[in-house]
Amino acid sequence: MNKQVYDFIRNNQEFILEKWMDIMRKNADERLIKVISDQMFTQTSHEFIDMVIANMESKNDAFTTKLSDFAEKVVRLGWPLFFVNEGLHKFTLIVLNGMAEQKIINPENQIEIINSLDKWSSPMNNEIVNVYTHTWERTVSLQKIALQELSAPLIPVLEGITIMPLIGTIDTERARQIMENLLTGVVKHRSEVVLIDITGVPVVDTMVAHHIIQAAEAVRLVGAKCMLCGIRPEIAQTIVNLGINLNEIITKNSLKKGIEAALEITSRKIIEVEEDHENSNFKTI
Amino acid sequence: MEVQSCVKIINEWDIVAARQLGRNVAKDLGFGTVDQARVTTAISELARNIYLYAGQGTVAIEKVQRNGKAGMKIIAVDEGPGIKDIRKVMEDGYTTSGGLGAGLPGVKRLMDEFDIDSTPGKGTKILATKWLR
Repeated sequence: MNKQVYDFIRNNQEFILEKWMDIMRKNADERLIKVISDQMFTQTSHEFIDMVIANMESKNDAFTTKLSDFAEKVVRLGWPLFFVNEGLHKFTLIVLNGMAEQKIINPENQIEIINSLDKWSSPMNNEIVNVYTHTWERTVSLQKIALQELSAPLIPVLEGITIMPLIGTIDTERARQIMENLLTGVVKHRSEVVLIDITGVPVVDTMVAHHIIQAAEAVRLVGAKCMLCGIRPEIAQTIVNLGINLNEIITKNSLKKGIEAALEITSRKIIEVEEDHENSNFKTI
Repeated sequence: MEVQSCVKIINEWDIVAARQLGRNVAKDLGFGTVDQARVTTAISELARNIYLYAGQGTVAIEKVQRNGKAGMKIIAVDEGPGIKDIRKVMEDGYTTSGGLGAGLPGVKRLMDEFDIDSTPGKGTKILATKWLR
């Protein structure tokens, strides 16, 4: 770090901070101002400037931890990346302008000073972008895992009857999981009938239909029956429009109807129990 | 021709983004639930074709007006391998990917107007419009 720049920042820390906060407040969009209180803004700004200055003094390791902490905090506060980057840029500008005003910069040393400032600010910039992207990537991968967890559960409801409720978009990866869970589940639970409920699937296009048909065919091969439930009227119409042939699969409009039909297939039915005939013999499920 | 919004199709999740956009526009125009489902399914098909066959491309949604009628237009463009025999892909059950082969003829039935233009080696452009009843 250039000695002149360092001294200038050290000596004018308060002035720079004030000016910086002033500019940033004007630049910040309303959304940001609304989210954080004035006090929080001042405090975080202080931290930002402290961190910027710490970068000039400390060695790499200490600084990186400090920077990561700061970036994480800023991400939590919901400061947009561009705002933080802009902040760094404005900071450099304020220092440059301030130094010019105090006549520290002259034509001979200006290139040197600009270079030295840049040498100090660009790694910091990169690091901030890095921490940000890292946080995002982490969030995305966590959400992917979370999504996978609710991908394709198989629920045994009654002896021989299993339900797979599907919710949300079905992509190739999920279709593969559905098939896998379905087949292992059918064998494990010794299901005779499997109900696939698509009430929560927003769009049934040819790919989704194709996967369902394949799943049903595979279920048939392992010796069980597959039933499709929860077909909403608008989905029924689009399936007809698309010209998809679902003749091979039994379809029902609701899960309730599906369970009733499944009971029928396994030759059972639901009977209401009357209190008076407690001792009479009837077949229950 | 009014607002136009565009989604780049690069990976599988962009298909979801495209049809979400389509659903919003359809809702905005006052389409009923059945037509909303038709339009979203059509977008899903077209976007998936781009993803499967061309690798990448764009799906744009446009609000259109004609003779006092409002509607929405789906414009699916890619610079993929193109389609050699358009007559054949418009037949039900014709597929090159082991799918159902109902995609393009299905889209034609789902929408009111359908237009396809493809040059082998250059790419494909599909226009499909649905009018508000």
